[in-house]
Amino acid sequence: MTYFPEEVVEHIVDFLGSHGDRNAVSTVCKAWYQVDRLSRRSVFVGNCYAIRPERVVTRFPEMKSLTVKGKPHFADFNLVPYDWGGFAQPWIEAAARGCPGLEELRLKRMVVTDDDLELLARSFPNFKSLVLVSCEGFSTDGLAAIATYCRGLRELDLQENEVEDHGRQWLSCFPDSCTSLVSLNFACLKGEVNASALERLVARCPNLKGLKLNHSISVESLNKILARAPHLVDLGTGSFTIDNRSETYHRLINAFFKCKSLRSLSGFWDASPFCLQAVYPICTNLTVLNLSYAPAIQSADLTKLIGLCFKLQKLWVLDCIGDKGLVVVASTCKELQELRVFPSDIYGTGITAVTEEGLVAISSGCPNLNSLLYFCYQMTNSALTTVAKNCPHFTRFRLCILEPEKPDPVTNQPLDEGFGAIVRSCKNLRRLSVSGLLTDQVFLYIGMYAEHLEMLSIAFAGDSDKGMVYVLNGCKNLRKLEIRDCPFGDAALLKDVAKYETMRSLWMSSCDVTLGGCKALAAKMPRLNVEIINENDGTSESKENLSDLQKVEKMYFYRTVAGPRNDAPDFVWTL
Amino acid sequence: MSTTETGCSSTEPEVTGGLGYDETELTLGLPGAGGSKPSETDRKRGFAAAVGLNVGAASRGEDCGARSSDSSDGSVSGAIKRSAAKAQVVGWPPVRSFRRTALRSCTYVKVAVDGAPYLRKVDLEAHGGYEQLLAALEEMFSCFTVRDYPDERRLVDPVNGTEYVPTYEDKDGDWMLVGDVPWKSVLSFFLSCFLTVAAVRFNMLRA
Repeated sequence: MTYFPEEVVEHIVDFLGSHGDRNAVSTVCKAWYQVDRLSRRSVFVGNCYAIRPERVVTRFPEMKSLTVKGKPHFADFNLVPYDWGGFAQPWIEAAARGCPGLEELRLKRMVVTDDDLELLARSFPNFKSLVLVSCEGFSTDGLAAIATYCRGLRELDLQENEVEDHGRQWLSCFPDSCTSLVSLNFACLKGEVNASALERLVARCPNLKGLKLNHSISVESLNKILARAPHLVDLGTGSFTIDNRSETYHRLINAFFKCKSLRSLSGFWDASPFCLQAVYPICTNLTVLNLSYAPAIQSADLTKLIGLCFKLQKLWVLDCIGDKGLVVVASTCKELQELRVFPSDIYGTGITAVTEEGLVAISSGCPNLNSLLYFCYQMTNSALTTVAKNCPHFTRFRLCILEPEKPDPVTNQPLDEGFGAIVRSCKNLRRLSVSGLLTDQVFLYIGMYAEHLEMLSIAFAGDSDKGMVYVLNGCKNLRKLEIRDCPFGDAALLKDVAKYETMRSLWMSSCDVTLGGCKALAAKMPRLNVEIINENDGTSESKENLSDLQKVEKMYFYRTVAGPRNDAPDFVWTL
Repeated sequence: MSTTETGCSSTEPEVTGGLGYDETELTLGLPGAGGSKPSETDRKRGFAAAVGLNVGAASRGEDCGARSSDSSDGSVSGAIKRSAAKAQVVGWPPVRSFRRTALRSCTYVKVAVDGAPYLRKVDLEAHGGYEQLLAALEEMFSCFTVRDYPDERRLVDPVNGTEYVPTYEDKDGDWMLVGDVPWKSVLSFFLSCFLTVAAVRFNMLRA
């Protein structure tokens, strides 16, 4: 080992793709740590509070790509108060000081301000790619700064962010000299966008492969864009409705006909059925189809479209496709790997349209299925057992039965056996969400069989502390555990605290853990930040008066080497 | 449970309208719990507790913890009560807020007029009341005009003088005259059950 030249180690280490592998390499010895740190180009920080930004930047000075995640996953469902944290600012500032060669930044569930975006745009001369997922705190002014100052920008990808609309001119800020765009996604923007500026931008970017429009872009505009960019691979349409079968419609058909490279389609805001027909010519080439924002498309039209897509690998739809529609998917899309069926009846007045039948059909028709998100009205143990047998390759399995604690409607039994079958059969399962009526038994199965499970989401399930303990004892690779409304308390929380240093984070809300239990945990584990989120009152006086026996509404803890954070709002109490 | 073209109205009797009265009957056990295990009655945290309801406003036996029956009346107010109850559980179902608001904004309803060759779509939220809605419909179905009556306005075919009254099909499948129920109730009812465009239709019937 002593005579092993560093260049050789570096060369070998370069072949390692995954962050986990590179992290492992860096712990072997000091020499390898050095090799890794100087050659690491892509850095992934799963929890922005686990480490200080300055440390990351100092350790990896040659970093080209940085990914940072902020809020816990349950923030997606409004369980985390608005100003909990997850600020991008310290990361961008640190990178601006220490890594001016940064080319790519990906942020998820973070608070990003216009000032942050402007700093970003001005600080990195080689900046190429900005991806923001589920972020908030910025407006179209920030986008204008990116457009103005990022010469050579290749990718601007905004996925499901809350963006304040300050006008349509941000797109015009891309200078005439900007010809480098490869991917542009502004589908989540609520306001108007300057369509003619967009058309000119598309015309001067010959390498554009991905373009996702928002609802303000009309079909007329889409026609012009497709005429300029028939080589698009990934398209998100704008508003997809026209009043009658006019010239516009004919041009649309022709435009799609020419898009021979198109593999991925999304958008379809307000799609009308006959507009959808314009897409038929390219269906046979599609590998990705996202119709989950198109509530106006009825099942019959959906199935007509999907019936042509026999190369589909990834499909996102609304549950109005119905069980019958899923049968069509099963018989057509033999190469399907990922399916997401979202609820169209979120406000709960009873038009849920898929059941266990649809899922069983999919499983028998699509044996390559490895990723599922399925919102349904009901599920049976028998169906889950069949699904488990048909599809042993699941890596992600998320089932959401819309009515919490609903048993198997046929047998009135809990769904323990069904989920048990899933974890027994799917040996590579990494992510699991369970729902319906569940006892401690299901957690026994999960602990016993889900060896590779990394993320588990539990809601309204279990009978006692035993359930949580089964999971913590059994799942050796567990990284993220999130629990809401379950009868798990201090005994479970404190059973094996050493386990928590092997995990990224744990969220528990509306469970039975008490303040005393959380304090005990914090005392035993100094390298965990144990946060109590108490929105009702955050004054320090009342904190003193709180009894240790009082149940904690929301607790979130995570391992960290950065110590307690200094940006916590009043209602967050780090023990 | 697949939807048909008219969405909400045709599946309603199965789900909410035609109530399974046996489900709302008072029993000693939990609704729907046949041979239930003792631990279920000890359930520390149930959906009902999370929602904070004491009465079972259940139409599908959904409150495992609630014993009493409050027979939902299937009327507009019942529907709104149920959706309000469900809305009280924060973050359920687990759908991203972005997706919730994106789907929420689809308040379009199909309007059919007897004799007109095709349907039109109308955005309910864009109109402040029946008058404005009627005016919008008049514009869309430009072959008709609006005639004023003492208590109401009606759409009229100027050629043969046939009058049309706007009606809508409610959750029970009944044809209700637009104008009897206050606009706000109608609107919230529409908003609570629509999400597919064809959930409710306005049909102009001959008066």
